[in-house]
Amino acid sequence: MHARTEASQEQSEVQAASWPEEIFSILQHFDVRQVPYVPDAGHSQLIERVLGSSTMRGIPLTTEEEGVALMLGAWAGGQRGVLLMQSSGVGNCINMLSLTQIFRFPFLTLVTMRGEWGEFNPWQVPMGSSTQGVFELSGIKVLRATDPGEVRDVVEAGASQAYNALTPTAVLLSQRLIGTKVFVK
Amino acid sequence: MSKANLLDRRQVVSSLLADRKDAIVVGGLGASTYDIAAAGDHDRNLYLWGAMGGAVMMGLGLALAQPKVPVVVITGDGEMLMGMGSLATVGLQKPGNLSIIVLDNESYGETGGQVSHTGAAADLVGVARACGIADSRTLSTLGEIAAFGKGMQDTSSGPRFANVKIDKANLERVLSNRDGGFILNRLRGALGYQPI
Repeated sequence: MHARTEASQEQSEVQAASWPEEIFSILQHFDVRQVPYVPDAGHSQLIERVLGSSTMRGIPLTTEEEGVALMLGAWAGGQRGVLLMQSSGVGNCINMLSLTQIFRFPFLTLVTMRGEWGEFNPWQVPMGSSTQGVFELSGIKVLRATDPGEVRDVVEAGASQAYNALTPTAVLLSQRLIGTKVFVK
Repeated sequence: MSKANLLDRRQVVSSLLADRKDAIVVGGLGASTYDIAAAGDHDRNLYLWGAMGGAVMMGLGLALAQPKVPVVVITGDGEMLMGMGSLATVGLQKPGNLSIIVLDNESYGETGGQVSHTGAAADLVGVARACGIADSRTLSTLGEIAAFGKGMQDTSSGPRFANVKIDKANLERVLSNRDGGFILNRLRGALGYQPI
C-alpha cells in the first residue's frame, strides 16, 4: 500500500511535465504514424497521448528489436515511425540496427535513460552506461536532452535529420530530466 | 534424407505466389528468400539476407501502412523461432491483410542442417494461435497450399498463419538482389512513393 502511494506520486510528477507534450507535437508535425514501444515510466505520458491519437498507432512490442524491423516495414509502406524504449532495451536491438545501414531508412528512437544520475538499481547501470556507445558503434547518431527546456529543440533536430536526411538518430532523454525512480524513501 | 510425403519448398512457394496480384512478399533470410527469388523476381518483394527474427515485424509494419494490400511473410522455422514474440505483437494488432507462412524443415538448412526446436517439441501453429492469431493452421497438401494462396488476397479476414512441413533437401541457391537500397526503393516505387 505504501509502495503504491509512492508509485502514484511518482506518476503524477511525471505527468505534470510539459516536455512529453512537446515531443508529441513534434511527432504530429512530422506525420509519424507508427509508434512501436516497450513501456517505460519516463515515456508513460507520451505513450498515453499516442494511444489516444487518431493519426498515430501505438504498437506494444515484446522486445525492442521488433520495433526496428517494424519501422522498416512501415517506411517501405510509406509511413514514418518512431521507437520508444528505455536504455536497457537498446542492447536488445543491436543486430536489428543493421537495417538502418542496409536500407538507409528514416530511423528515429527516443530513449529514456536509466543507470545514471542517482540510480538506485545496479542492474540498470551496465546497459545505461553503454547505451550511447552501442548506438555509435551501430552507426546511429546520438543526441541528448537533459534540461526540460531543451527537449523540444533536441527532439526536433533529431526528427529533422532522421526524416529529412535519412540519418538514423537516437535521442537520449537523461534520467536527470525524467527524474530518478524512487524505490524507498 | 528426404521423405516422400513432405512437400517441396519451391513448389509450395511458387504455388502460393502463382496468382499473387499486388501482394507484397517479405522473405526471411536464407532458403525462404531463395525460394521467393526462384518463383520470380518482383518489384514488391522484400528480400532479407540477415536481420534474423525480423521478417514478421517487417510484414506487420507494411500491413499496417498498406491495409488494402495483401502482405505475405514467407520464412523458415529457425527465423520464426527467433522472432516468436512478434506473433504476440501481430496477435494484438490483428491486421486483416497479413499472412504468415513458415516453411518448416525442422532444421537450420543454411548452416549445415542442425536440428531445430520444431522437430521435437515446438508447435508453431499452437504458438501462433495462443498469441491471438485465430486463423492458424498446418498445411500438408498442395491443394491446401493453393487454397491458402487464394485466401491471402482477402485483406479483411487475417491475420492468418500457416505452418508447412517441407522436405529437408538443400536445393540449389537462387540468389535474389541483396542491395537494400535498391530493394527498398523499388518496393516503395511500386507503391507510388518517390525517393526523398
